[in-house]
Amino acid sequence: MSDIPLTARPRLASWARLQWDAIREKQVLLGPEGVLVLNATAAAILALCDGQRSVSAIITELNTQYNHAVEQDVLTFLNRLRQKRLMECDDQE
Amino acid sequence: MGLLAELTYRCPLHCPYCSNPLNLAAYSDELTVEEWSRVLTEAHDLGVLQLHLSGGEPLQRRDLLAIVTRAHELGFYTNLITSALSLTAAKAEQLKRAGLDHIQISIQAADPVLSDGIAGTPSYLRKVAVARTVKALGFPLTLNVVLHRHNIDQVAAILALAEELAVERLELANAQYYGWALHNRTALLPTWEQLQRAESVVQAARVRLAKQMQIIYVIPDYYSRYPKPCMGGWGRQQLTVAPNGDVLPCPAAGQITALPVENVRQRSLAWIWDDSLMFNRFRGVDWMPEPCRSCPRQTIDFGGCRCQAFQLTGDAAVTDPVCYLSPDHGIVADAVRVVNSGIEALPELVYRS
Repeated sequence: MSDIPLTARPRLASWARLQWDAIREKQVLLGPEGVLVLNATAAAILALCDGQRSVSAIITELNTQYNHAVEQDVLTFLNRLRQKRLMECDDQE
Repeated sequence: MGLLAELTYRCPLHCPYCSNPLNLAAYSDELTVEEWSRVLTEAHDLGVLQLHLSGGEPLQRRDLLAIVTRAHELGFYTNLITSALSLTAAKAEQLKRAGLDHIQISIQAADPVLSDGIAGTPSYLRKVAVARTVKALGFPLTLNVVLHRHNIDQVAAILALAEELAVERLELANAQYYGWALHNRTALLPTWEQLQRAESVVQAARVRLAKQMQIIYVIPDYYSRYPKPCMGGWGRQQLTVAPNGDVLPCPAAGQITALPVENVRQRSLAWIWDDSLMFNRFRGVDWMPEPCRSCPRQTIDFGGCRCQAFQLTGDAAVTDPVCYLSPDHGIVADAVRVVNSGIEALPELVYRS
């Protein structure tokens, strides 16, 4: 699968579920394939994946929020989610 | 962490590669719905997030809906692994409302004659119809086909069916040789040539269908150089609760006679997970003999499968004989040699009964 384009507007796959796990005190992303326990950065990225914002908009927004370059983190994480089929986007490829 | 809840070993099918134990009658005293509710609560407290409702055929339990409801309350991602025979549209809709997240339906081949022949009962047409119903209800669907010598040449047709059904995931997993499958191994193991053909068909389909379908393809471990990382490591990520409440690190572990089997009717799930000999015996890497002990792959494949080591050598504490470095590898190599030797008369399949 090719890398996610900057113009894509990612959102969670319909069969994926994001929830708070009280045992681990972390957000977890659940799907048929398995479970991802999310760190703070991953949770912040996912919170912006609403199917409206583009990948580049997400990067810009997080760059401001975190005050450092997050581009690689965002791309790596989103590509991983796409490979695991936990993320969908209306591809502009 | 994931829990495989084997709700019952009752099943309308008779597949000769069934991974259930041969002594099915020993598991007929099934946990009640109240007991399952307690097990699920304890599993949740232990950190389990993924729940696979399996069997046998989980739909044979009349209280399945109550179990799914409880699972959803606890926040599990719940997957129903079913033969689909008795899954009516009304039942599927109820399960959806109760919070079931995902369904996995098995077929035995890509045409009714072969599929019904392997299942030992007319089932194919019904399964395909149920798959359509389930998709129409909006369930994400995995189609699962256990591959072996008699159906592996149909991989292209299976892929076409999966594409037509628009399933999200297709699991093409060669039989693993436990339970009834081990009993029928010579008749089920595909040849090297069959595997190579299937693999090239799968590779092409993966490229063609990359956007719409995830295709999982698992070769028989008898043909791999290294063993599989069974259950992601013993007592590390997965646990199985059998229909009678036995708790096992993997569904086949009950046959390792040297280990006492613990049961949720006597002990808490947390005690069994943390403290039992069953779960601790092969946890981590300290138990490992050579060649695993000094092997850089010990945290990749965890020494392979303990149940397979036990089945093939009588000792669960040796390296999985699948590994080409195992001193017992000859057992696996011989089994592979036999099926590739051009024998015409395969042994007859023994159907699960």
